[in-house]
Amino acid sequence: MQMACARGSSKAGGLPIFALLFGSVAAAASTGSARSLSPTNIFAPASTPTHSIFRLSLFVLAVTAAIFAVVFSLLVYVVVKFGQKADDDREPPQVYGSNQVELAWTVIPILVVVALFMATVRVIGDTEKFVEPSTAIDVLAIGHQFWWEYRYPRLGVVTANELHVPVSDPAQPTPTFITLLSADTDHSFWVPRLAGKTDLIPNHPNRMWTDPHETGLFLGQCAQYCGVQHAKMLLRVYVQPRAEFDQWVESQRQTAMVERVASEGRRIFESTACINCHTVRGTAANGRFGPDLTHLMGRDTIAAGAAANTDANLRLWIRTPDAIKPGSLMPAMQLSEHELDAVTGYLETLR
Amino acid sequence: MSTDSMPWPSTSGASLPAVGRIHEWVTTVDHKRLGIMYILCGLVFLVAGGIEAVVIRLQLIRPHNDFVSPEVFNRMFTMHGTTMIFFAAMPIVFGFANYLMPLMVGARDMAFPRLNAFSFWLTAFGGLLLYFSLVGANGLYGAGNAPDVGWFAYAPLTSQTFSLGHSTDFWILSIMVSGLGSVATAINIIATVLCLRCPGMTLGKMPLFAWLNLIMAGLVVLALSPLTAAQIMLLIDRYLGGHFFDTQAGGSAVMWMHFFWIFGHPEVYILVLPAFAFASEIIPVFSRKPIFGYSVMVAATVAIGFISMSVWAHHMFTIGMGPGLNTFFVFSTMVIAVPTGIKIFNWLATMWGGKIQFKAPMLFCLGFLFQFLIAGLTGIMLGCAPFDWQLGNSYFVVAHFHYVIVGGILFTTFAAIYYWFPKLTGRSYNETLGRLHFWLFLIGFHLTFTFMHIPGLLGMPRRIYTYEPGRGWDTWNLIVTVGVFFQTAGVLVLLMNLFWSYLRGPSAGSDPWDAWTLEWSTASPPPAYNFAEIPRVRSRRPLWDLKHPDDPDWRYE
Amino acid sequence: MTPVHGLQPASASRVATEEWNLPSRGRVGMFGLIAAESSIFTIFVVAYLFYIGKSVSGPGPREVLSVPVFYTLCLLSSSLTIHLALRALRAGKARAFSAWWFTTISLGAGFLFGTATEWHRLIYQDGLTISTNLFGTTYYSLVGLHGFHVVVGLLMLSLVMTFSVLGWVRTEHVERLDVLSLYWHFVDAVWVVVFTVVYIIGR
Repeated sequence: MQMACARGSSKAGGLPIFALLFGSVAAAASTGSARSLSPTNIFAPASTPTHSIFRLSLFVLAVTAAIFAVVFSLLVYVVVKFGQKADDDREPPQVYGSNQVELAWTVIPILVVVALFMATVRVIGDTEKFVEPSTAIDVLAIGHQFWWEYRYPRLGVVTANELHVPVSDPAQPTPTFITLLSADTDHSFWVPRLAGKTDLIPNHPNRMWTDPHETGLFLGQCAQYCGVQHAKMLLRVYVQPRAEFDQWVESQRQTAMVERVASEGRRIFESTACINCHTVRGTAANGRFGPDLTHLMGRDTIAAGAAANTDANLRLWIRTPDAIKPGSLMPAMQLSEHELDAVTGYLETLR
Repeated sequence: MSTDSMPWPSTSGASLPAVGRIHEWVTTVDHKRLGIMYILCGLVFLVAGGIEAVVIRLQLIRPHNDFVSPEVFNRMFTMHGTTMIFFAAMPIVFGFANYLMPLMVGARDMAFPRLNAFSFWLTAFGGLLLYFSLVGANGLYGAGNAPDVGWFAYAPLTSQTFSLGHSTDFWILSIMVSGLGSVATAINIIATVLCLRCPGMTLGKMPLFAWLNLIMAGLVVLALSPLTAAQIMLLIDRYLGGHFFDTQAGGSAVMWMHFFWIFGHPEVYILVLPAFAFASEIIPVFSRKPIFGYSVMVAATVAIGFISMSVWAHHMFTIGMGPGLNTFFVFSTMVIAVPTGIKIFNWLATMWGGKIQFKAPMLFCLGFLFQFLIAGLTGIMLGCAPFDWQLGNSYFVVAHFHYVIVGGILFTTFAAIYYWFPKLTGRSYNETLGRLHFWLFLIGFHLTFTFMHIPGLLGMPRRIYTYEPGRGWDTWNLIVTVGVFFQTAGVLVLLMNLFWSYLRGPSAGSDPWDAWTLEWSTASPPPAYNFAEIPRVRSRRPLWDLKHPDDPDWRYE
Repeated sequence: MTPVHGLQPASASRVATEEWNLPSRGRVGMFGLIAAESSIFTIFVVAYLFYIGKSVSGPGPREVLSVPVFYTLCLLSSSLTIHLALRALRAGKARAFSAWWFTTISLGAGFLFGTATEWHRLIYQDGLTISTNLFGTTYYSLVGLHGFHVVVGLLMLSLVMTFSVLGWVRTEHVERLDVLSLYWHFVDAVWVVVFTVVYIIGR
């Protein structure tokens, strides 16, 4: 069967899909509707480092799109023009090569590569050699299986899972610098709109920074496989106006507002294994294995974003963590229904 | 060297009882039979890996799905990657190399036939060992003890602290065992090419297939050993109390990453160079022209081989190596794009001015060209370190490497299966079914892997058993999963075609494609001894010289 | 179907048969093996170098290691003796071959004995094991990996010794034994590297 059917269509099948891909990306980027496509869209930068990456990515996309257009056209042309005709049996001219042509398509790619390389090196320098100003906020982020510990050493704040940072005015920047450590396996801090991802590796401290240009809640999640619940190690970064941020810091520095006479819930909390893992500052609980609960009620979510911080979820989490996050390292506490009510009630006083 | 000591299996094989035939195959040292066994072994594991992929995609078809538990999901993606790379792709690659190299260089067998057999059985055993983990210890529910640490098994997740039981040990041992087989096969390939070429076939006159597999073998020898070394270190950590990757004792998790990727990056070139080899043999024949720029293709391949050993840490741009190292690896990654691009241009130039026959092998090669082009371009994007800080470890990377491995390597493997099926079996496959396979698979491939780039761009990391709604990932994941069914259908059509054609296909003759390399001068399938007399060649296309005595190649080369 | 006729068989060439000399597959195979093994050793050497000085606790190299001059000389001179053995075999002197071959094995065994005594002292006197600290882990694995290769080499050499004692080794076997000696030279060369890294640089 020597029929050469319309073969141009075989490759053109891919073209509409790819045009769709590039088109949607370009459209989203240019119209600013990137944010509406996804809260974690890498093409919706909201800080200096992500803007810098975004500009580089547009350059790279343009170059690669041009290369694609040229080579793909050649491929389509070849396929359409040089199909064997039905009754033609002779061999075509046997061409073995051409040094000039080889030279051309060696030199041009080298030039392209040089251009891409130089553009890339510039952004590496901009991001990695950025000098920390004195106005910066310093955070220590420690990755755990499967939650995030945050400490603000200069501000005396310890919290977990929900990071608060001040918004940064490009004219007078107040960036946040985060030192990344790990207590167990490898993790990765990825909030696409605020910064490129940086890994948290035990015995290998890393440093990253961001200076969010707008307020709001920014989402992300762990981006380095760290075990069974890697998928539920979510990130929530609250970017606040400076005044609000300062207020938040103030409230976080307080120890827990507990009554002098311990409630039943607090007694249960402090006499079972809870205090082996959790800290509630101002009480006997000072465990470090699990998140600090001193201001638990200030958070919108529990279990590193796996569930909303509601009464029902909190109770369920304490009773059966596997119902929310199977395989997480929080053990089921084997409390009776009454004890559960008491403990949940106590935790709900930790504002 | 004495090839006289090779046993000649009886040519009246049909009269042997079944046990006798099985015994022949199990004890064979004939490169052709071992090659076929390697390919069949690879196809079996391809199906197994495919089933794992189906499970993964069904779980991810919508957010917060509960098709499988997180434990099972994590075992699935680990097994999928490990199976596909070590037990599907590598055996198929070695299978074709084994079958074709001696024929193409005019030899009677590989340099070390018994070592060849040993290598095959090591590989097969390694695969069985890995799959035994599914049923070992805890039985089949929850996938037993299958490894769940990801195919690159980062430390310290693989330490005894975080990986209890033996699942990680199955990963280590199965790969180590088959790795020994791979290194032995590579040494065999090198010795065959350097020592067994027929008279007149200088290195500059052997088929590109031989060159590409030679460089691939060199990479195996140099790059598989770092993985073996790292795995020995991991075993020492896990069982002898060693501290290689024990961060509490000062050990380095980053060191595992370096050692693994020093293997891992050349590994992908080990997989792709044979794919280039298939394309470099098939495209000329179906364009009716010689390969454009043979010497440049050889030079580009050698360059790729060398440079590929220097790019590994582009898998580590996010781990905090510092601007100096990041810059170096951006540079080396960009540099390797140049010889790779040159090869694409040379294939295009081969087709230019030719008379292209759109049979199944050529269709798959055209798909390869299109997809490998795109894969190379997304690779360039990933090679720009800051861009990688966003794209890395996301579904964009998963889409990129599946574009290379499925869109590039698997497509050319399909092309090779169709192209050499007549030689291996003596029968012709069904061309209509071949085209059906192509279209089904093409549609499925693009539905899955083109659209897979998008969730990556929208912030979806890899290796997550579920994802949150409201991140804009839902629709794309659905489309990605739908593509899987088309690909499955395509593969089923292929298997049916092969099976049916093997049993009932029309006789193919020794040279159904009017091709030019030495394997087409033998019967289909070739006799055990390959050539009645060792041939002497004068050019790169000995059969062209024979068919065109008035205009032979050696006048122009 | 009969194969395509006309491919000119090498034996029927009308042109005066030029030499078609390709390397021996035994040598190529052994070089391939040596390349692969060098790759493994390189990784262990890199790990050793990287972890110098990084042990968190426990004894360090300067405290417990002493330069193993004597048994290093044993191993290195065994390269010379194996060369002499092959030279004797090429000249047809079977007994001289046996003597030199046996000397090679003894020197290799002497090296292993030296390693064993050193390890015994380190473990029972200095308290350094593979799990003590990073130094222990990297030291025992690197030196142990090399020692393992010496053991394998000695097994091969002993096999040949047996053949020689039985009178089966003749001059025509010298090529194959030469390939084996390549492995032995490789093991020696690796020791030079290991020795330098562990006993000179590392201390």
